[in-house]
Amino acid sequence: MALITFTNRGIYCKQGNFHIDPWHPVDYAVTTHGHADHVKWGNKNYLCHDLTKPILKQRYGLEDNVQTLPYNKEIDINGVKLSLFPAGHVIGSSQIRIEYKGEICVVSGDYKVEYDGISTAFEPVKCHTFVSESTFGLPIYNWQPQELIFKQIKSWINDNCTKGKTSILVAYSLGKAQRLIKNLAGEYPIYVHNSIANLNEGFAEAGVELPETIRITPEIKKDEMQKGIVIIPPALADGRWVKSLQQPAIGVCSGWMAVRAGRRWRSADAGFALSDHADWPGLLSAIKATEAEKVFVTHGVITVFSKYLNEIGINSEEVTTKYGAEDDDEIIGESNKEEIK
Amino acid sequence: MKRFSQLIQELELSNKTNDKIAALVLYFTEADDRDKPYVIAMFTGKRPKRPVNAALIKQWAIELSGIPEWLFSESYSSVGDLSETIALVLPTAENTVEKPLHQWINELAQLQGETDEVKKEYILDAWNSLNTQERFIFNKLISGNFRIGVSNKMLVNAIAKHSEEESSKIMHSIMGKWLPNEITYQELIAGVYVDTDNSWPYPFCLAYALEAEPVNLGETSAWQAEWKWDGIRGQIVKRNGELFIWSRGEELVTNQFPELHFLKDELPDGTVLDGEILSVKDGKVQSFSTLQQRLNRKTINKSQLNDAPIGFFTYDVLEFESNDIRQEPLSKRRKILVDIIGNLTTKDIALLSPVIEFDSWEKLAELRETSRELNSEGIMLKKLDSIFHTGRKRGDWWKWKINPYTVDTVMIYAQKGSGRRANFYTDYTFAVRDGEQLITIAKAYSGLTDKEIKEVNSFVNKNAIEKFGPVRTVKPELVFEIAFEGIAESKRHKAGLALRFPRIARWRKDKKADEINTLDDLKQLLYSTL
Repeated sequence: MALITFTNRGIYCKQGNFHIDPWHPVDYAVTTHGHADHVKWGNKNYLCHDLTKPILKQRYGLEDNVQTLPYNKEIDINGVKLSLFPAGHVIGSSQIRIEYKGEICVVSGDYKVEYDGISTAFEPVKCHTFVSESTFGLPIYNWQPQELIFKQIKSWINDNCTKGKTSILVAYSLGKAQRLIKNLAGEYPIYVHNSIANLNEGFAEAGVELPETIRITPEIKKDEMQKGIVIIPPALADGRWVKSLQQPAIGVCSGWMAVRAGRRWRSADAGFALSDHADWPGLLSAIKATEAEKVFVTHGVITVFSKYLNEIGINSEEVTTKYGAEDDDEIIGESNKEEIK
Repeated sequence: MKRFSQLIQELELSNKTNDKIAALVLYFTEADDRDKPYVIAMFTGKRPKRPVNAALIKQWAIELSGIPEWLFSESYSSVGDLSETIALVLPTAENTVEKPLHQWINELAQLQGETDEVKKEYILDAWNSLNTQERFIFNKLISGNFRIGVSNKMLVNAIAKHSEEESSKIMHSIMGKWLPNEITYQELIAGVYVDTDNSWPYPFCLAYALEAEPVNLGETSAWQAEWKWDGIRGQIVKRNGELFIWSRGEELVTNQFPELHFLKDELPDGTVLDGEILSVKDGKVQSFSTLQQRLNRKTINKSQLNDAPIGFFTYDVLEFESNDIRQEPLSKRRKILVDIIGNLTTKDIALLSPVIEFDSWEKLAELRETSRELNSEGIMLKKLDSIFHTGRKRGDWWKWKINPYTVDTVMIYAQKGSGRRANFYTDYTFAVRDGEQLITIAKAYSGLTDKEIKEVNSFVNKNAIEKFGPVRTVKPELVFEIAFEGIAESKRHKAGLALRFPRIARWRKDKKADEINTLDDLKQLLYSTL
C-alpha cells in the first residue's frame, strides 16, 4: 500500500494517520513551512520545525497545539518514522521524510537549492517517492547567483540615493524579506512594514539572528526613509502609502521578474528575479538527487513538468493540490491579503 | 549595444510618457551618433529585410538548449514573445563581446543571401557572447520588429528636445523614405532629404473624440462638418511628375491602388492631398469589409478591381504649387481643394469629401444619426480657421462618432495574453445563444482594467473545464457587453457572420448567462445593414 495518498483534504499518510499541509481541518497536520497556502487554521494538532513555530504563533495565534522538531531527528507516529530535512525555501521550511517498512517518501513542500544566507541550506534526501513543487518548472527560469542579484539591487539603491528617490523593495513578509535584510544590511538603514517586523521579533525570540531593522510607524519621517531601504509586502505596493513617500522607486523581488511580462505587469520601476523557489535546473538536480522511483508533481506547471520528467525517464505523475494556485502570481498571493492596512 | 539595451530596459519599466521621453533624450545625448538613425528607423517601424527566418532561429535555439520542441512551445506560450523565449532557454554564454548597435545591424544585414551554415555559425556565436537581455535585443534585431510602446510622437518629442528643434519639423524630417546606413543623424534631423526627395509626406493632423455635447463648441458658423469615413487615411503626393500614396501608417501603398494612378497625369506638380481611401461604387461609399479585400495585397486581380473599386475622398490640401500651406486657415485650403478637384478630367474617383450643411447643433445631431446609412462612422468637426496641425491637438478638430453597436455575450474560452499580460488570462472568446447552443461570435483582448483582468483570471483558474493547448474552456457564466463597429457575412465563422472591431465595452456583472443576446438578434442586424 502506498505511503501517501492525495485526498480532498490534502496529502495523507494512512499508516501514520496524519496529513501533510492539509487545506481542510484534520486531527494531525504536519506543516512544511509557514506560508498561507501550506498552513490552514483549525487543525487539532500541528507538527513543524522549531523555527516554524514562531511563525504559526505570530500569524495564526497557534501555540499550545504545536509540536516541534529540529532537522534530522526521527520520531515515531503510529509506527511511521518521521523526520524533517531543510528545504531551503524560508526560515524553518522542511521536507518531510516518512518511512514505513523500508519504504521512504519525501514531501518537499516548497524548496530552493541555492543557499540564501538565512534559511538552512537545502539537503537532498534519498527516497522511493518524492513530492515536488513545480512553480518555475519551465526551462526559461534560470536564476543568477544571488550575489549577482544583490549586487544589482545595491547598485539600484545607490542610484536611487543619488537621485533622491526612496528605495522600496517589495518582498514576501516571510522569507524574502528576511533574505533581503540579511544580505543588504550594512550600508543603509532598513525600514520594514509591521508584518515583517512582527515576524522578525518572533524569529529573534526563537534565537535567529537578524540584522537590525526599523519598524515603520507614523512617527518615522519620510525624508528619513528616503535615505534608507524600505521593505514592504506585495499587497501594499500599489497602495497610497507608497505614493506618499518621497519620489518612490519600487523594486519587486520575485522569480516572476525573470520574464519581461512579469516585470511590466506592475507599476514597478525595477524587477529583480530573486526567488525562494527552485529554478528549472534546481528542480531537476533536486529530483535526480533523490533517486526516487516515483515523482509526484504538485503546484506550478504540473502538466508540463511531469511530462518532461517522464520523457527523461523519471516516472512522474501530476497531482492537483491547492498550493500555490496555478498561475497565481507570487506577488498577488493569498498570504498577503491579511497585510493590507 | 549596452547603451541601447539600457534604453530598452528603461522604456519597458516606465509607465509615464514623461519618463520615457526623458530616457530617450538621455539616450540621444549619450549614444553613438552612428547608432541613432538605426534606432529611429526601428522605432518608427522601418524594418530591414529579415536576414534569417524565424523557423530556423527557433530550430537552432531548440537544438542548442537541448529541450524538446513541445517544451519550447510551452515556454513560448508562457513568455509570449519568441525573441525573449529564445534568450531565456539558451545555455549561459561563455564569452562576452561588445559591439555598437549599428555594427550588429549591419553584420546581420550582410547575412542576407549567405548559406544557412554561415548564418547559423554567426547567430550561435553571437548567442554565446551575449547576456540574456542582450540576446533578447539581438533576436529582436533579427526580426526587426521592436514594439516597446514608443509612439512616433514620443520619439519625435524626445529628438526635438535633444536637438532643440521644433517637433513638427522633426516629424516631417523622419517621415518618408530614408535608409539608416545612408544618412547621418545630423542630416536626418536637419531634414536634408526633405528637399530632395519627391515622396516626402506631411504628418497627419488628427482629431480627439468629442466627449461633451457639441453645443459647447459655440457658434455653428465657425465650424465645418464632414462625414467621418471608415477607410484608410491617406496622403497623395504629386511632385516632379511622380505620384506617391501614403497610408496613415506612414507606409507607401501606391501600387495597391491603380485606380488612383491617373492623378499622376492630372494633378499639378507640387500638390499634396489629404483624404480617405475608400471603396466607392456608383458614387456610394462601401462598407469597410468591402475595402478590406483590397488591403495588403501584393497583386490585385480583375475581380477584386471589379468588386471593390477604389475611390479617394479628399479632405484637405497641404501643399499647393510646391508651397507648404498647412498654416493657412481651413476655409482657404478648402477653396483651393475645390479648385484642384474641379480641374480633374477623370471624374468620380478622386472626390471632395462633402461638407455637411447645418444651421444648428440639433440639426447636425439628427444628421449624425443617419451616418450608418452612408457607411460613415459619424461626423468630423473642423474649425474653419484651423491650421493643419502636426499630430493630435485638442480644440480645432473633433471626431463625433456614432455610438457603436453592442451585444451581450458570455465568455466561453480564455487564453493567456502575450507581452505585458503573458501571465494572465486576458484573451477571451465570447458566444451568443443559438437555441440550446452557444456559438462563438467574437474574440477580444482589451477593455478591462488590470483589476478586472485579475478577477477574470482567478475565475478562469477556478472554472476551467477543458484544456486545448494554451486555451481553457470555462464555465459559461461571465457576461460581457461587446461593442463593435459593423457586421458582415462570413463563411469562415460558424456563426455565418463576423463583427468588425469587437472589444469589451463592460463586464455585465448584473446579467446572467441566460440573458445574453441570440444569434438571431445579430442576423437581424446584419440584414438591416445590407
